[in-house]
Amino acid sequence: MSTTNSNADNHAEEHHGAPSGIMRWLLTTNHKDIGSLYLLFSLLMFFIGGAMAMVIRAELFQPGLQIVEPDFFNQMTTVHGLIMVFGAVMPAFVGLANWMVPMMIGAPDMALPRMNNWSFWILPFAFLILLMSLFMEGGGPNFGWTFYAPLSTTYSNDSTALFVFSVHIMGISSIMGAINVIVTIFNLRAPGMTFMKMPLFVWTWLITAFLLIAVMPVLAGAVTMVLTDKYFATSFFDAAGGGDPVMFQHIFWFFGHPEVYIMILPAFGIISQIVPTFSRKKLFGYSSMVYATASIALLSFLVWAHHMFTTGMPLAGELFFMYCTMLISVPTGVKIFNWVATMWRGSLTFEVPMMFSIAFIVLFTIGGFSGLMLAITPADFQYHDTYFVVAHFHYVLVTGAIFSIMAGAYYWLPKWTGNMFDEKLAKTHFWLSLVSVNVLFFPMHFVGLAGMPRRIPDYALQFADFNAVISIGGFAFGLSQLLFVAVVYKCIKGGEKATAQVWEGAEGLEWEVPSPAPYHTFETPPTIK
Amino acid sequence: MKDELKTQQATNKLVKKLVVTVFLMFGFGFALIPLYDVFCDITGLNGKTSEVAAVQSSSIDKSRIISVEFIARTQGNLPWIFKPEVKKMNVHPGEMHQLNFIVKNNSVSNMVVQAVPSVSPGIAAAYFNKIECFCFNQQPLKHGMTADLGLQFYIDKDIPAEYSTVTLAYTLFDISENIEQDEFMKLFAANKN
Repeated sequence: MSTTNSNADNHAEEHHGAPSGIMRWLLTTNHKDIGSLYLLFSLLMFFIGGAMAMVIRAELFQPGLQIVEPDFFNQMTTVHGLIMVFGAVMPAFVGLANWMVPMMIGAPDMALPRMNNWSFWILPFAFLILLMSLFMEGGGPNFGWTFYAPLSTTYSNDSTALFVFSVHIMGISSIMGAINVIVTIFNLRAPGMTFMKMPLFVWTWLITAFLLIAVMPVLAGAVTMVLTDKYFATSFFDAAGGGDPVMFQHIFWFFGHPEVYIMILPAFGIISQIVPTFSRKKLFGYSSMVYATASIALLSFLVWAHHMFTTGMPLAGELFFMYCTMLISVPTGVKIFNWVATMWRGSLTFEVPMMFSIAFIVLFTIGGFSGLMLAITPADFQYHDTYFVVAHFHYVLVTGAIFSIMAGAYYWLPKWTGNMFDEKLAKTHFWLSLVSVNVLFFPMHFVGLAGMPRRIPDYALQFADFNAVISIGGFAFGLSQLLFVAVVYKCIKGGEKATAQVWEGAEGLEWEVPSPAPYHTFETPPTIK
Repeated sequence: MKDELKTQQATNKLVKKLVVTVFLMFGFGFALIPLYDVFCDITGLNGKTSEVAAVQSSSIDKSRIISVEFIARTQGNLPWIFKPEVKKMNVHPGEMHQLNFIVKNNSVSNMVVQAVPSVSPGIAAAYFNKIECFCFNQQPLKHGMTADLGLQFYIDKDIPAEYSTVTLAYTLFDISENIEQDEFMKLFAANKN
């Protein structure tokens, strides 16, 4: 995804001699370089987190304990979740924002390029610390990515300190990235690029960045409290000292629920860029898309306790959180409607980004519907902590967030590299992913409804067949992703030259610069018609 | 050039605002703790009973009978026996009652424990008045010793009609390690147990 070739040509234009080799990447303040670094880092994390998912599925292939110890299984579920959320999905979106936001609004770079460098380069250390803790005596974190107290305080091992510090670093990185995005969008828009002319990817990222600023510090507070409870004898979550473990869940989900929208709003933005291109129509209902995104973000602060229906809330609380949760489906429905309406009577073509986008719309909607089922308080008592929940959030995160990232990567890859990718290989990747991801996650709904609990390395015999099928789907999905690496690698190496516009129906500033995008774009602001 | 300067100034201003917001939100995370307590206090959620002794009720409502259940448990692997004298009592609202909880320290060391009460349904906690309770104080007990811990309570007359059963659960926490050494000694000196 780098622009090494074009980069060499551009060295002459640099104001100061750019370092070469590894130092170029370590010291870079160029938004395109940093975007590439983020994207490659998240791809690496996607495979590390994926390898952990393979361990989980291998263990669950048959009932009984086969391959790993239960404690190691717990570490795998925990670190898989942490890596996929903080290491794969979030950095991928930040990478896309780095690459695309300045080009989409006609800015020469991000507003705070040095902070941009820093916000990326602390990330590898965060994950190094987290991954190293797995090899410590006593093992890594094993309390689930939600680190509920007292599991993470009274009952955790000493790697918890490392877990806390790595989450701190991830949080600082995200906050810096968010500040950068907000400042860039507020101050560096080209003349004439009013807020209501911004592409939707820019809009969704702006709103996401505000969510990040609001909730990442709360997460930092929560892990700090866990740290002091465990090592410095405070009692935030310890009833013996006057604290309350349920309090932990409130604080965590006050962060955690907006966090799930942090992982899906940029996805909405990507899909809103791709669908009009391949429908050869303007996006249907642009302003309603903006307002829907903003209302989803606001509502996301009012629904956190729907993760906690079984903690013994009063009826009024349960009803409040149930209705607020269901209310979110209204703006989300507006978005789905607008995408479908954009495609309606468009002259559609089905290039790979479009295929991923359509798969996103269908499969994310399935995830949305299972979310609605979970929102129903009385029903949630049965679904709580079962594989139904696992099915739900994998539909919204894998076929939602990850599919949108894949769609975005295929959509902009020719712009980044200057080469078209191998369409045949990419289509194979798509179809294999689409089939295997459904074999992987769809049966989870059924075993969940039948009562199979999540995060347990063993299960009752009646779930054996379904779990074998799920595991086969899992291995197939994991292996299919290697094709993505192959496509990206081939595309960086060469291929048919891409035009500036790349896709026939593509509109927007990023398609007006040549492919590959020069190292510096829009040093003089473009004029917006 | 002038434009660039303007942008730079706007950038600095916005960055400052955003950094302040980040710190405020970090503080907000911690502020949630007292807010949570206040919120539970006002709404009566979470089954927290009052931590101060109530005064005796002046009249008794003989027309109603409330069944009060008692649960006693120890937290973690605390090697103590902890149980109520009776598991259930039928009381009239406003009527004073007394019972003992029996504790025995089966461990090999002297320990200090704290009992934390919780009432279900949570809203009823506001109507559960304790005139005297062992949960108001830390309880020291030498190893191998037994003690009777007293509780005096009445149910408030204003308890809504839908509550006919109220459960009071005590959890016993070992707090020996959280207490300073001389404080620990003082507790045992003051208490013959």
